[in-house]
Amino acid sequence: MTTTSATPVIEGWFTTGDEPRLLASRCTACSNLVFPPVPVAEEGAAGAFCRNPYCDGDQHESVELSRRGAVWSYTDARYQPPAPYVPATDPYVPFALAAVELPEGIVVLGQVADGFGVDDLEVGGEVELVVEVLHVDETGERTIYRWKPVTDTTEEAR
Amino acid sequence: MSGVAIAGVGMHPWGKWGRNFTEYGVHAARAALADAGIPWTDVDLVVGGETVRNGYAGYVAGSTFAQALGWNGARIATSYAACATGAQAIDTARARILAGLCEVALVVGADTTPKGFLAPNAGERWNDPDWLRFRLLGMTNPAYFALYARRRMDLYGATSEDFAQVKVKNARHGLANPNARYRKEVSVEDVLSSAVVSDPLHLLDICATSDGAAAVVLCSTEYARKHGIANPVRVAAVSTVTPTFPNTVIDMPLLATDSSAAVGAPERTFKEAIGQAAYEEAGIGPEDVDVAEVYDLSTALELDWIEDLQLCKRGEAEVLLRSGDTTIGGRIPVNPSGGLACFGEAVPAQAIAQVCELTWQLRGQATGRQVEGAKVGITANQGLFGHGSSVLLAV
Repeated sequence: MTTTSATPVIEGWFTTGDEPRLLASRCTACSNLVFPPVPVAEEGAAGAFCRNPYCDGDQHESVELSRRGAVWSYTDARYQPPAPYVPATDPYVPFALAAVELPEGIVVLGQVADGFGVDDLEVGGEVELVVEVLHVDETGERTIYRWKPVTDTTEEAR
Repeated sequence: MSGVAIAGVGMHPWGKWGRNFTEYGVHAARAALADAGIPWTDVDLVVGGETVRNGYAGYVAGSTFAQALGWNGARIATSYAACATGAQAIDTARARILAGLCEVALVVGADTTPKGFLAPNAGERWNDPDWLRFRLLGMTNPAYFALYARRRMDLYGATSEDFAQVKVKNARHGLANPNARYRKEVSVEDVLSSAVVSDPLHLLDICATSDGAAAVVLCSTEYARKHGIANPVRVAAVSTVTPTFPNTVIDMPLLATDSSAAVGAPERTFKEAIGQAAYEEAGIGPEDVDVAEVYDLSTALELDWIEDLQLCKRGEAEVLLRSGDTTIGGRIPVNPSGGLACFGEAVPAQAIAQVCELTWQLRGQATGRQVEGAKVGITANQGLFGHGSSVLLAV
């Protein structure tokens, strides 16, 4: 691996490649899904106990979530957020944010893909998961999952 | 029947004073004791609202205020529940009074806050969602408020003008409030021409952070009777319930909701449950409420709260607003104090300040902003990590 290769800014939250997906934890007893995933390295730690109050499970397995979901709501960040946010550019360029409801009954917050803003979004609109560069640090490009509006053309292409 | 009465209330004016939080807290405490006509030496419990930005003295706020007032042997407690800190402190005092373990309790919250966006504590904290939301997403508090605001627009037809009208109303309500930080008329045009922070919210849609302090003196109704406190405002309920799984509305500072796949969606959202628990505890219904103080961190959030408290049906808060029902003189005035729009948020003091305002309203002492004939008032607020509160007061 070279120092310039892109790596996820956080490990174990999403897959990369052409069709990236979010990684959730699924309780082996009741199938409840949790995102962000519970840390597997800390089995027996609080994070591993199932959050469903009717379930006493404490084991989770990693599962992929659906790539596409419906926008629950959306906004943008017109001003540079404070640290620990690391701006990707100087001067700062605003970006959009969306909360997206997946078929698994979970709403996941994420930035919106580069080049898309609030005018490209609506509540109920379809988006899909992509992986893009969040910022660059001493190890190279650090990537993050983002939501990209599904346009008519990409839908037809599928 | 035994109950809990509000013997006295007091505040230190909200502002950016740049002084120590203890000073504000003692000012408010002394004002509340004077209002009650109860000497400090009669107080046998002090509950402080913790402030997390003022070092060790803030972590042990109950002790800090007790010492500053002069050690009197009272027991102490300190509460932290994010924005609901003050209500949890009130609940702690109420519980000891109801249990017969205490006769007179002083509850104090005070804060000194930094300028700009509230940011998380320093350091690399990869397991802390409050840190991760900034690092991974750049998700500020106003961005969460904006998500809720946008949803109202797309689902219920709310407009930027509606949100601005909430600010216009609250600015007018707060004009004569001596404890409000901002006492100035604001026009719809002022709001709409202020910078967009997070679409669709403008700078003037979002509350500031302030220095301030609020205090209440609580006592048993027996104590009130013995000391000639006639017809006091009663604490009818304090709700500090947590969410019921699955919490399906995205909550600050989380990156995702619970999944509803395993057990289905809950009967009530978290914010609906906060108010419902207060109504059930008091045996009072939303139709009995005369006045409400709700947490308008943003203008749009006030509209959400009106519905969460069942003061109208879901999606109809704009109708109430537009018809003037939520203005003083209307059917159900909301935020007669001026709300956070006129105060700015002083976290550990804010839920106590809501109770101070309703006490003045129910006593008929809210000069210049009085809701005539108010007998029942409700507060509502929500903070990080499953905290929230609703206090019902009645006279």
